[in-house]
Amino acid sequence: MAFLSYLISGISLGSIYAIIALGYTMVYGIAKMLNFAHGDVIMVGGYMAYMATTEFGWSPLPSTLFAMAVCTLLGVLIEQFAYKPLRRAPSLAVLITAIGVSYFLQNAALLLWSANPKSFTSVVPFGTLRLFDGRLIISGTAMFTIIICIVIIVGLSAIVHRTKVGKAMRAVSEDRDAAQLMGVSVNRTISTTFAIGSALAAIAGVLLSSAYPILMPTSGAMPGIKAFTAAVFGGIGSIPGAFLGGILLGIIEILGKAYISTQLSDAIVFAVLIIILLVKPTGLLGRKVLVKV
Amino acid sequence: MRRLFQEKTTRNNTVTYLMVIAAYVLMQLLLSGGHISSALQGQLVPITAYIVMAVSLNLTVGVLGELSLGHAGFMSVGAFSGVIMSFLLESQIASPGLRLLLSMIIGAIVAGIFGFLIGIPVMRLQGDYLAIVTLAFGEIIKNVMNTIYIGLDAEGLKLSMSSSAALNLVEGGKTIINGPMGAVGIKKLSTFTAGFVLILITLFIVLNLINSRAGRAIMAVRDNKIAAESLGISVWRYRMMAFITSATLAGAAGALYALNYSTVIARKFDFNTSILVLVFVVLGGMGNIRGSIIAATILTVLPEVLRAFNDIRMLAYAVILILVMLARNNARLKRLFGQIKGIFTRQQAVVNIEEGGDSLD
Repeated sequence: MAFLSYLISGISLGSIYAIIALGYTMVYGIAKMLNFAHGDVIMVGGYMAYMATTEFGWSPLPSTLFAMAVCTLLGVLIEQFAYKPLRRAPSLAVLITAIGVSYFLQNAALLLWSANPKSFTSVVPFGTLRLFDGRLIISGTAMFTIIICIVIIVGLSAIVHRTKVGKAMRAVSEDRDAAQLMGVSVNRTISTTFAIGSALAAIAGVLLSSAYPILMPTSGAMPGIKAFTAAVFGGIGSIPGAFLGGILLGIIEILGKAYISTQLSDAIVFAVLIIILLVKPTGLLGRKVLVKV
Repeated sequence: MRRLFQEKTTRNNTVTYLMVIAAYVLMQLLLSGGHISSALQGQLVPITAYIVMAVSLNLTVGVLGELSLGHAGFMSVGAFSGVIMSFLLESQIASPGLRLLLSMIIGAIVAGIFGFLIGIPVMRLQGDYLAIVTLAFGEIIKNVMNTIYIGLDAEGLKLSMSSSAALNLVEGGKTIINGPMGAVGIKKLSTFTAGFVLILITLFIVLNLINSRAGRAIMAVRDNKIAAESLGISVWRYRMMAFITSATLAGAAGALYALNYSTVIARKFDFNTSILVLVFVVLGGMGNIRGSIIAATILTVLPEVLRAFNDIRMLAYAVILILVMLARNNARLKRLFGQIKGIFTRQQAVVNIEEGGDSLD
């Protein structure tokens, strides 16, 4: 029974990673860049929801929507000012710019909200569930997170596979120049991708802060790195891959903490990642890269 | 044509050496004149360590063409093994300079061994996947270093993974590495001069490697793996050579860095430090050794200079970083600089080719 409850909290943590990893993987698939500032957008989302609930006294749903709106705007602005001028630049130049944006967001947050941790009030609407005479306890946050993650995955798959915007996204990720020739607005598609990714980051920020209610300017950094790992784990650029990678990473982390070592849980996560990449060099669901001579 | 090229590289390398020596002499003069603030004086050894880090990372990123996000891991390994060595030598060798030298050598060797072990899996991968695995190794090293306890007593070195009490040190023994508290009670051995010498050694190794047969093989592998392989170049061997050299130098830099402080924690050598060094390399120019040195110096001093702005110091740092990256890749500015250069040298074609080699695809 203990195993089952660890498994559920693993899936719950993994769901948060999966939501963040979706942002990484979509941006990578479409703009071909590693957006290292993504983790910090999560943090901004968390702070926005915190402001809305504590300072404006809003209820959870409007607060979350507010956080999503701010992060979407932020994501689009970052893309416009920092990444768009570098569309044709070498990938490392974009990577360093993304790191610059990440420093910027962290330090702006430090100025605005100081380094003192803020305690976040959970937005989760339902309480703890007790099963099997109280032997299996599932927290409301865990259930809520898993449900939200499933909703997001279904919704996102629908957007990518059923709508015109989704078709444009797939076309741009396949071949940017060809898509442009076919009349797809590449810039608008990339902006839309950043908007969706950042809105997801805001949701992840709210969920993360509900599960671990301490908010700091660096709160987004480690989940960001873990989610990036998750995206690579599943095969970067692949949406089902990000989902699978996120969930597996969460489970490995929690089970590693429970059964092997609390302090070494991060090392275990990364060691598993290395082993997976050695067996499948492009991740679990990643596309094989053909080497042309 | 070939002789001309060789002369040009020799001239270029000489300029790099002279620049470092001139900077050292200038700093010594300013130091003896008392013109250097104490805050900047404290930065001198870290600057030299970061220069060595940047030059060695440039070997992996610029010359070999693979993105490494875990370079601080090698620095960490070198730092802690160097610190342990310095403790071991404390009673044996009186001269602090010799102790520092031996500690740095041990740091370099241990980091080199780690480079070899990590290189075996890493060099099988490519591109972003290679980058993430180096990140993973860096995080693993940080995490493990955070949980080990090492003590020294009359019976020798003792290791524990749980607590310093579990070391069971006999009377007179002391804990060298205390888990998350890091290495404690280090005797400060590093000096600016030692850092300067390490930079010269690093330059000697890296510049000679680049301009050797092996270096040309490494660059051939970077530019086109398949073409290089079909010419009979052992891709794996040369990739490993560059990676291990890079790790070894980072280890020496780590030992130099750690022996400059009384305490060093494992979290100092985290992802952010790897990124910081990567920023030096990219801003200085990929494969451009002199650029790495200049960028590492300026970007380490910059936060100190910006101290006047206090609160918005790091914010300003971030904005400057973004603006510099945007300006560097602005097509109009690039053309303008090309024209200015062209007026002086009438070699615009050469300029354009050099800039074209700036990518990592």
